[in-house]
Amino acid sequence: MQALGIDVLLKGNNFIRLIDGLCTALRISLVSVIFSIVFGIVFGIVMTYKNTVIRVVSRVYLEIVRIMPQMVLLFIVFFGTTRMFGLNLDAELASIIVFTFWGTAEMGDLVRGAVSNIPKHQYESSYALGLNKAQTYFYIVIPQTLRRLIPLSINLVTRMIKTTSLVMMIGVVEALKVTQQIIEANRMTAPNAAFGLYLTVFILYFLACWPISLLASYLEKKWSA
Amino acid sequence: MADKLLTIEHLKKSYGDNLILKDFNLTVNRGEVVVIIGPSGCGKSTLLRCINGLEEIQGGEIKLYGEKIDRNKKNIAEIRQKIGMVFQSYELFPHKTVLQNIILAPIKVQKRSKSDVIKEAEYLLEKVGLSDKRDVYPRQLSGGQKQRVAIVRALCMHPEIMLFDEVTAALDPEMVREVLDTILELAKQGRTMIVVTHEMSFARAVSDRVLFLDKGEIIEEDIPEKIFDNPKTERARRFFHTFEYDAVKNHTDTLNRKV
Repeated sequence: MQALGIDVLLKGNNFIRLIDGLCTALRISLVSVIFSIVFGIVFGIVMTYKNTVIRVVSRVYLEIVRIMPQMVLLFIVFFGTTRMFGLNLDAELASIIVFTFWGTAEMGDLVRGAVSNIPKHQYESSYALGLNKAQTYFYIVIPQTLRRLIPLSINLVTRMIKTTSLVMMIGVVEALKVTQQIIEANRMTAPNAAFGLYLTVFILYFLACWPISLLASYLEKKWSA
Repeated sequence: MADKLLTIEHLKKSYGDNLILKDFNLTVNRGEVVVIIGPSGCGKSTLLRCINGLEEIQGGEIKLYGEKIDRNKKNIAEIRQKIGMVFQSYELFPHKTVLQNIILAPIKVQKRSKSDVIKEAEYLLEKVGLSDKRDVYPRQLSGGQKQRVAIVRALCMHPEIMLFDEVTAALDPEMVREVLDTILELAKQGRTMIVVTHEMSFARAVSDRVLFLDKGEIIEEDIPEKIFDNPKTERARRFFHTFEYDAVKNHTDTLNRKV
């Protein structure tokens, strides 16, 4: 037990603090995911327009998000804005902004793919039955889009949860940061605690993400046409 | 005097510079079955799509009972309810079961009572031999079954006229029959239909009138017996010839020699 540092974990309110940290991580991802879905749907539908300006702008945005490491984005928003604009952003808020900025791009691309994947003939056979444009979207296009979208966006959620481990770099006290603090505080009494504690973090992340992954693959199987 | 259901006058349709239909005229009477044949790219499918307002037209008029069909007018969805269309690639809605596919438009568009529509859908499904498939999803059906469901879906809207756009072209030979039998049955009931097909013997059996189309124009138009047995134009003769093969071997001779 001593060697794995499990006793350190149970000391005082260490475990509660760890769970608290995980909750912070989950909170950041959940809020970001909700914003990303809302903005992403709008962005995705906008991307299906054939306007050149819209295409170029959205392309550039997408590429920036893909090329730029999330950590750099975090630093720009958290440290950069302070000097440049005199904004004193709360670290958690800065994280949510960055994650939403990232999630909107990814989500938008998923939405664009899902909408443009609906064959032209689906619209036509719906019109041929006398449905108008709004009815066609409501009964035919959107349900099919969501079915394609939900499994994909759930994968995005798990990726977001994982990536929140980066926000400790701008001072957010999430699961990983708490773990580091516990390890530091017990350096003298339990020098080998690191392995056990990081293992615990691993298990916690796994428990948070695995059910979501299962749900995604379940829905994917259920709805695959 | 015959009851004119659909009239097409001076219809012109082009994609850019590519003229598909030039000055096309056609009248379809109530209860009539018109079959359109012709080489691919002759404008048959485009014609059906124009009738249903799925294509922008560049000139002329299409009228259903005197009402103009214009895809940009507000009443287009209303007119389309009177026109049933069945596509080559079935186009059932993959996220809905067979029954849901059929009852969607009657309930949501025509606002008919759900129980009535379901009753009718079940009756029609039974007639095409698919009662047991009522709650399955389209992906679990064969091509022929999907096409029969698509026909039932269109029928359930009580259309005045049915358009069939090469509905057997994507099917295995064995499934062609079950779909064509369904259409023959509809013809027997006296429904008005325009059928685009490559199945010549079916065309002969089902039609009141056959139109032979080439390069966007009607080359020949006649009752099936005349057009198939005695085509007047060289072009039609050549086209029908592509469905026949001259024997290159003389089988009876070989057999006789062996015996």
